Amino acid sequence: MKRVYVNEEWCLGCHLCEYNCAFANSGMRDMVAALKDKKIFPRIHVEGDDKITFAVSCRHCTDPICVKSCIAGAISKRDGVVRIDRSKCVGCLTCVLVCPYGALALGENGTMQKCELCLQNLCGAPACVSGCPNKAIVYEERSDAE
Amino acid sequence: MKKYVIVGNGSAAVGCIEGIRSVDQTGEITVLSAEKHPVYSRPLISYLLEGKTDTERMKYRGDSFYEDNGCNLMYARAESFDTGAGTVSLDNGQTLPYDELCIATGSRPFVPPFEGLDTVQNKFSFMTLDDALGLDRVLTQESNVLIVGAGLIGLKCAEGIRNKVKSITVCDLADRVLSSILDSDCAAVVQKHLENSGIDFLLSDSAVRFDGDKAYMKSGKTVDFDILVLAVGVRANTEIVKSAGGTVNRGIVVDDRMKTDLPSVYAAGDCAEGFDSSLGANRVLAILPNAYMQGHTAGVNMAGGEASFNNAVPMNSIGFFGLHMMTAGVYEGDMTEEKTDAGIRRFFVKDNLLKGFILIGDVERTGIYTSLIREKTPLDTLDLDFTKKVASSMIYSQKKRRKMFGGVV
Repeated sequence: MKRVYVNEEWCLGCHLCEYNCAFANSGMRDMVAALKDKKIFPRIHVEGDDKITFAVSCRHCTDPICVKSCIAGAISKRDGVVRIDRSKCVGCLTCVLVCPYGALALGENGTMQKCELCLQNLCGAPACVSGCPNKAIVYEERSDAE
Repeated sequence: MKKYVIVGNGSAAVGCIEGIRSVDQTGEITVLSAEKHPVYSRPLISYLLEGKTDTERMKYRGDSFYEDNGCNLMYARAESFDTGAGTVSLDNGQTLPYDELCIATGSRPFVPPFEGLDTVQNKFSFMTLDDALGLDRVLTQESNVLIVGAGLIGLKCAEGIRNKVKSITVCDLADRVLSSILDSDCAAVVQKHLENSGIDFLLSDSAVRFDGDKAYMKSGKTVDFDILVLAVGVRANTEIVKSAGGTVNRGIVVDDRMKTDLPSVYAAGDCAEGFDSSLGANRVLAILPNAYMQGHTAGVNMAGGEASFNNAVPMNSIGFFGLHMMTAGVYEGDMTEEKTDAGIRRFFVKDNLLKGFILIGDVERTGIYTSLIREKTPLDTLDLDFTKKVASSMIYSQKKRRKMFGGVV
């Protein structure tokens, strides 16, 4: 199962992944029209300080606590991908209360959104990865924790 | 082929079904539902009245869930079970054999014996979909609603119906709102916000007598209403286990595997009393995530697998009229407080561990803190600064972060 991994030694903290994510999930074909002068709601975010930065997105856990905790039954895991049915979400934020990675955030319409690896949008593969200028974000198969 | 019977059809039952199927794909599963609905998301009933969901979208699982999982869903109530014969007796006269039994009967509203309650025409509990639909049918823009109980259920009900009625008064014997999850200072912040949103409160006060559409309060005040909602509290449905000889306190006593002290009998969800790792003792943790996780644990063990649920903690994420709050653990030890524009944040530390928190307003990435409580992470291994507005995995060492974000988790 391929997942998104971040190498924090290579992360420049440029936040381009956030913009590429927001664009990829906008459903629009023109990046300027999709993002210009708008507050963006990316499904990946950069954390850190002036020395260390790293991007965080859903780990698609083997045993995802968000799936077990969702009070609306809106989060499920299929084919290795943790997905959210936003039509069922009521924005209670229980998933935010339980995710140890801080990987879920509210979207612009008050329902939760999360990384679904760009498998359902026009990209078909994670836009954060293809757009990372320093190749700090990769999309690959790994067997166990390094 | 094993025969499984699950008494109850809420989120603990779903957890149990999915737990069983993760081990045993062929055993026969029968689910007994006293409510005549497929499983729905019970905490969503207030959102239903608010118009944020509907009966279709509030289905906890898809329409083919029972069929996909090879379950027989029966609308019947289990009245008793016999551990010697391995049978469950139903209210329709049927007797079902079982090899493994899961009690997931949930809880019911506790209604104190108010004098004159029988004279009140429109009175409701707020626990089930039918309660919510019944309440919705009588609400009008002219309704004056009295809600007895300023806990999670009473206040979510208030939020759900606020725009459908003329006035809402909430009373509670406690001196503050949400007394089970908030301390006084934090409760004051939330109460003010609720008052600004059009909810009136009578605290340290409760109804002692009803006469038609008038409530006589302990304080001597009277409240006129047309609709009464009773949300005083809940009681675990434990009787079926007690009468079979199983150990019951406030809930059905279970171990880390969700096993009761009766052979082949498990219990999960709001009816069960499991271990709270933040408290270090058993208690009923009547929250949905806990119900699912207990149910799943029970299911795996019933099917012959090995599962243990030993890091349960109380935790709540709840919002009212746009103000969000998250709480977890126990409020013991040294407190660190941060007041913010959005609200208040309190952390409780004892013995080098984060024991609990109350966060009102800023709640982004709070799961990072919840995980420290659940995992009992020694705080001296972290670079933790509770004054930071937003939680971050920067609290971990680079090595730990590499492990967290670099591997399969």
